[in-house]
Amino acid sequence: MSARRNYMRLEFASRSENESFARVAVAAFVAQLDPTVEELAEIKTAVSEAVTNAIIHGYPDGEGLVAVTCTLDGDTVEIVVEDRGCGIEDVELARRPMYTSRPDLERSGMGFTIMESFSDRVDVISRPGEGTRVRMVKRLQSSAPTFD
Amino acid sequence: MNLAVEAVQVSGVVVARLRGELDHHTSEAVRECVDAALEEAGSPFLLWNLAELSFMDSSGLGVLLGRYRRISQQKGKMAVCGPTAPVRRLLELSGVLSIVPVYDDETTAIAALREA
Repeated sequence: MSARRNYMRLEFASRSENESFARVAVAAFVAQLDPTVEELAEIKTAVSEAVTNAIIHGYPDGEGLVAVTCTLDGDTVEIVVEDRGCGIEDVELARRPMYTSRPDLERSGMGFTIMESFSDRVDVISRPGEGTRVRMVKRLQSSAPTFD
Repeated sequence: MNLAVEAVQVSGVVVARLRGELDHHTSEAVRECVDAALEEAGSPFLLWNLAELSFMDSSGLGVLLGRYRRISQQKGKMAVCGPTAPVRRLLELSGVLSIVPVYDDETTAIAALREA
C-alpha cells in the first residue's frame, strides 16, 4: 500500500441504529483528506443511502451483516457497501429515480439518484439470493496537494 | 436517538420542529408525532421548521412527501422553513422545492400559509 493510500473496513448488524454510526465513521475517516463541509455532507448522505438500502432491502426479514470499506487514494475516496442479503432482481429498475420496491414503507425512491448525484461513479453488482455490492467513487476537489 | 421532534399548533398551522438527524431510523418517530398532531389539530396546514436539522437523506424525503400527499388530498398546504445548506440541497435535488415553498423563518411561513 503506497504512502498515499489508506483503508478501513467496518462490519455491523443490519439495524437501523447503525445508519448514523456508518455515515459518521466514514466521514471521520475521510476527514484526513480535508474535504469541504459540502463534500463531507455529500459523502455522509451517499453512505446513508447505501447502508439504508442494505438494511431495508437486503435483509427485509431479519438481521444480517453489512460491511462498509473505505479506501483513500490521493484525492479519491472509494466506498463499498456490501450485504449478503436477498439481492436485487433488476438493478436497472432499482436505480430509476422515484422507483421503490417498498411503497408500503413510504420510501421516496431517491436513494440511488442521491448516491449518483453525490459521487462521480456508482457501480452496483447484485445477485438474487446472494447479496448486493454498491461501489461509489468520489474525487475531492478540495483535497490538499500531496508531495510524493 | 439523535433526533428530537415536536409538533405544535400555531394560529391553525401545525408546526413540526426537527432537531438533529432525519434518516430511516429516526423517520418513524417523526411520522408518528406529526400525524398525531395533524389529526388532533384537524388542520390541513403543515410547516416543517428544519432550521436545526443537520442531516437528512431520502428517508426524510419519504416522510415529507408522504405528508404532502395526504395534505394535498385534504386541499391543505405544506411549507418548509429555514433549511440548512445540506438539507436544502437535498430538497432541491429531489424536486421537492418545485412543489413545496420554502421560507426563511416560522413567522413568515405561517403568515404565508394562512393567506393562501
